[in-house]
Amino acid sequence: MSDADFERVRRSQAERNAASGKFGKTDSSKQQSGNNKGISLTDNMDTDLYGGPERGDRYVASIPAGEEDEDDDMDGSGTNGSGRLIGQYTATDAQVNEWAQGDAAEGLDMMESKETQAQIASRESGYQKKRFQRDLSPSRDGKSYKEVMHERELEREEARVQKMIEEQRKETIADGKDSDEEMDGVQHEATLKLKDTAEGADGGNGDVEEKPRERKRKRRWDTSGEDAQTNGDAKVETNGTKTDGDQTDGVSASKRSRWDHIDAPATNGSAAAPAPSKTRKWDLAPAAGTAAPTQTNGAAPKAIPTFGTDLNARNAPLSDEELDAMFPKEGYKILTPPPGYEPTFAPAKRVVPAAPPAGSGGFMDQTPADAKAMGAQLPSEIPGVGDLQFFKKEDMAYFGKLVENVDENELTVEELKERKIMRLLLKVKNGTPPMRKTALRQLTDNARSFGAGPLFNQILPLLMEKTLEDQERHLLVKVIDRVLYKLDELVRPYVHKILVVIEPLLIDQDYYARVEGREIISNLSKAAGLAHMISTMRPDIDHVDEYVRNTTARAFAVVASALGIPTLLPFLKAVCRSKKSWQARHTGVKIVQQIPILMGCAVLPHLKGLVDCIGDNLNDEQTKVRTVTSLALAALAEASAPFGIESFDDILNPLWTGARKQRGKGLAGFLKAVGYIIPLMDEEYSNYYTGQIMEILLREFQSPDEEMKKVVLKVISQCAGTSGVTPGYLKETVLNDFFKSFWVRRMALDKRNYKQVVETTVDLGNKVGVGEIVDRVVVNLKDESEAYRKMTVETIEKVISAMGAADINERLEERLIDGILHSFQEQSVEDITLLNGFGTVVNALGTRCKPYMPQIVSTVLFRLNHRSPTVRQQAADLVTRIAIVIKQCGDDHLLSKLSSVLYEYLGEEYPEVLGSILGAMRSIVTVVGIHQMQPSIKDLLPRLTPILRNRHEKVQENTIDLVGRIADRGPESVNAREWMRICFELLDMLKAHKKGIRRAANNTFGFIAKAIGPQDVLATLLNNLRVQERQSRVCTAVAIGIVAETCAPFTVLPALMNEYRVPELNVQNGVLKALSFLFEYIGEMGKDYVYAVTPLLEDALIDRDQVHRQTAAAVVKHVALGVVGLGCEDAMLHLLNLLYPNLFETSPHVIDRVIEAIDAVRLAVGTGTVMNYVWAGLFHPARKVRVPYWRLYNDAYVQSADSMVPYYPVGEESGVTRREISVMI
Amino acid sequence: MADKLRTQQQLEALQNKYVGTGHADTTKHEWTTNIMRDSYASYQGHPPLLHYMSIGMGQCIERTRKQCMDKMVLPCGPAPATEE
Repeated sequence: MSDADFERVRRSQAERNAASGKFGKTDSSKQQSGNNKGISLTDNMDTDLYGGPERGDRYVASIPAGEEDEDDDMDGSGTNGSGRLIGQYTATDAQVNEWAQGDAAEGLDMMESKETQAQIASRESGYQKKRFQRDLSPSRDGKSYKEVMHERELEREEARVQKMIEEQRKETIADGKDSDEEMDGVQHEATLKLKDTAEGADGGNGDVEEKPRERKRKRRWDTSGEDAQTNGDAKVETNGTKTDGDQTDGVSASKRSRWDHIDAPATNGSAAAPAPSKTRKWDLAPAAGTAAPTQTNGAAPKAIPTFGTDLNARNAPLSDEELDAMFPKEGYKILTPPPGYEPTFAPAKRVVPAAPPAGSGGFMDQTPADAKAMGAQLPSEIPGVGDLQFFKKEDMAYFGKLVENVDENELTVEELKERKIMRLLLKVKNGTPPMRKTALRQLTDNARSFGAGPLFNQILPLLMEKTLEDQERHLLVKVIDRVLYKLDELVRPYVHKILVVIEPLLIDQDYYARVEGREIISNLSKAAGLAHMISTMRPDIDHVDEYVRNTTARAFAVVASALGIPTLLPFLKAVCRSKKSWQARHTGVKIVQQIPILMGCAVLPHLKGLVDCIGDNLNDEQTKVRTVTSLALAALAEASAPFGIESFDDILNPLWTGARKQRGKGLAGFLKAVGYIIPLMDEEYSNYYTGQIMEILLREFQSPDEEMKKVVLKVISQCAGTSGVTPGYLKETVLNDFFKSFWVRRMALDKRNYKQVVETTVDLGNKVGVGEIVDRVVVNLKDESEAYRKMTVETIEKVISAMGAADINERLEERLIDGILHSFQEQSVEDITLLNGFGTVVNALGTRCKPYMPQIVSTVLFRLNHRSPTVRQQAADLVTRIAIVIKQCGDDHLLSKLSSVLYEYLGEEYPEVLGSILGAMRSIVTVVGIHQMQPSIKDLLPRLTPILRNRHEKVQENTIDLVGRIADRGPESVNAREWMRICFELLDMLKAHKKGIRRAANNTFGFIAKAIGPQDVLATLLNNLRVQERQSRVCTAVAIGIVAETCAPFTVLPALMNEYRVPELNVQNGVLKALSFLFEYIGEMGKDYVYAVTPLLEDALIDRDQVHRQTAAAVVKHVALGVVGLGCEDAMLHLLNLLYPNLFETSPHVIDRVIEAIDAVRLAVGTGTVMNYVWAGLFHPARKVRVPYWRLYNDAYVQSADSMVPYYPVGEESGVTRREISVMI
Repeated sequence: MADKLRTQQQLEALQNKYVGTGHADTTKHEWTTNIMRDSYASYQGHPPLLHYMSIGMGQCIERTRKQCMDKMVLPCGPAPATEE
């Protein structure tokens, strides 16, 4: 049921009430004036096709969406509450609505433009799109709480009556009677009372009236004049008494009367001919009478129509002549519109309605909406705004005013303000980042002078725009956030409007949108205060629309987290116990459900209050309330685990006894709550309560409902996890039934079930032991269904890896290996699950595998020779996993057989496979050792050198690992020449993207240098410092550091320092960097080399180049940290003197390095000495000096405050003395 | 700009943790107050030093400790009136 419908019904009822003088004030006049304005703004758009407020009812009217509140907690399947007898067999409301809204229909289009894809609305579900139906009219603000509540009551009443009528109709249809006769009888009676007022209408009226009533199509043209007449009259004349009002309302609300909600008398009586078409084009007939629309749109200047896109021509209402030509002469009659009819194209919802999407009519739709096509129409530059990043058609509706040329001197202050805000908003929304920044700042700074009203009146409609994109929404939300902060309590009158716009963010799919929404609402509640938030949101709590209630509940939860749960608790208590409507209770409980989801374990202090609040609702008369209560309890228990069982004490009994009474969805909710509460209990209780619930669980094992299955499995695993449930109990009562109902082939086919069953089985296994589980499932390893075998392997893998294989007896072991080999061989798609399973089983069994080893290895060998690369890869991977077990079993001959076969396959062409083969090779080398390796290293390594050139990441990683291992363990088996060759290849690896590869390459340099001496390696590396690539140079520097570390610094330093003499910036920098790594790696060893490198550092620290000094500072840091307490203070002080002037550097990297270096020197030479440098500048007249000095001071203070104490500059001259310290004995 | 904001936040976080840290706008009075408090706190935290001082002043350790503690209240007198 759309809001538009409600709105319409509500309006007509309100009018009736106004007429009867029952309620002093209505907003109908306001609405009407709004209507008029709306017309003028959209004169050239066909409201019939492109929306306007009535847009929704055209679609929804045909399939009443059922007032039943569809709870989406358990699942989202919408039921169809329509009058159709076979409702279930057609599309759901959601689907129908989705197409009806248009956006979704486009959303399915593969060819849609990127622009549309970026729009938020295009990827929203039908449910989320309901946000567009919410009312953003200003009507809410002026009203008191009482009025709003009254309005809600009316809405509910409307909904109730409508539902009754719907049901009645359903019944009559079901009874096979002609519904009209029933209805006519009623209406006849009603209008008899109003006989005197019924005179004005003519008979044809009713005919038209009947038209949209689809089900009565057969009667459309032959309705008797009388009943049609009365039918129509009842609405047009609006009855005087309240009781009548209800009755006729029902009729008017049943969505087939188009005339009833027309406000003012028709001014134009032309061409209201009955039309067989279902479109409501006829509503626009009067506009046709006046030919071309004469009102010009003040805000949006007319777009210059490009060829073929002239909408006016095609969308203009048909003229009488055209209609005459179209319809047959006989069988049709031209009717005059009833008195009181006026066309309705009043966009009451938006302040400014969106312009019609230019391309939406007919086949010309495909005209690309790119900038070029729009170039003629859309300005890229708005006066006073500057160049924008983009300007969309839709923006014109909002920002059109800016394009007009007006004399600003003639405008009032208010108008000027409005234009100013508009300009700023446009800059924020469409501008370049710098523009955006300044505009946002201006908006924030002037927020209070602009005032809340003008700001929000412009921002909020923008957020309701259908073509809004993520980026725009983000920016606008940001604006709201900033502005909120400034406006503070001034925001109060707009709270509801803001909520209407922001609440949908809470159910967005995008996590960040949800976070943003939460932030806004929490700021809003802090600004407006709790009382105001409650009074604003209270009316929405029992709103007729489930969407509104849902979003309101979420918003309330945010308010609770912002203002604290205790403040909201009394209100929640009241709502949850509301006697008036179950919707209120439902929403109240939902709020309580959302709070723990939002706040997690922070609910613990208030757990008792929250549980008490909803406890009684477990026995609510409404199923939905009971269900949501159980879900709320589950959420609370989940958030507070493992604490807080005391708080649940009161509801344990109702929950457990309630679970026995429930069926279906309700039961699922209860079980879920039970599942989350049991883990909180202590041993005794959990045992008892599990026993109590188990009966139901076992019964529900057979349930065909997917949802129920999921819940039951979850609860079983939760129960199994508690200490109170004994293995014996599980074996006796649960396992048999469990395996019977869930370990069936069908379960393996559905991904969700599959996962859940495996998980639950593993949880049970953790309790009852490996043997029990494996014994039961091992037969399935030879099942014919592959998915089922896979599920079995996964379960076995998880159980065994968690608990080992000690529990598996000999017979079972045999069956297990046999089964797993079988399923490994039989797999049609190579799967990591099977590989893992095999590996885990073999590793867990260890030496017990010895009897099966020949068989396993021959399987592997066979598969290594397979023609499918994935099979080969998998076989090689398996070798990697089981090599160590083969060694443990003492089957060295099998290993050498494997390694020689692998050696043969080093020519493999698929890099993935090659990588796996190398990995297998490596694991064999690791277990057998370099010297026992079967194809000897001397043969192996030359084969690897060319492979090093392979660019594939996996290959690189595995080769470098293998080569590194050889270089580490047995470098002597290859000659130095070969190693040098490898060194050259390794240099390329320093460019690898993966850090692991670079690190392995660096380490390998170290090993090789150790094996063949550093000279040659170093020469290679130093040459590499000259290359252009930064990453390569950095890695070379690291490698030099490593070589220095492995071969002692004195072998490296002279050559390195000599290299510094090369007059090339890159090289010098590289040398400094290498020194920095070198000193970092050698640590204390550095004390012997400090004086050697000091002259070099001196030079570097006074270099003109910033980066030079920066790197030198890094070297100083590492040197200083290495020599703390080793007596190199003089050198360090010397370096500090050179370093200190760099304190005034502003580049962040440089200053950071310099400060670090000074800190390091402070450690080396002592706090007092360095602080003497610092005191001088702390109170320097120039701020630019003080800032870095204080930074140094703070660092020193944090790192060594106590050692600063003796050196504080106190004494008589500074006015403060510490006499105690001058005590002398 | 964002950088400036971040440094500002970092500084605030730092000062929440370490009261004695300062910034470019710290007044001399604030700073001296801090260093005096740090000094007295440090004396009390080093028992040998406290012992040494008490011997020198000819009183028991606890008395010296109490003196130190007392002096931590307004060690440099009240803050001078700010001229605006």
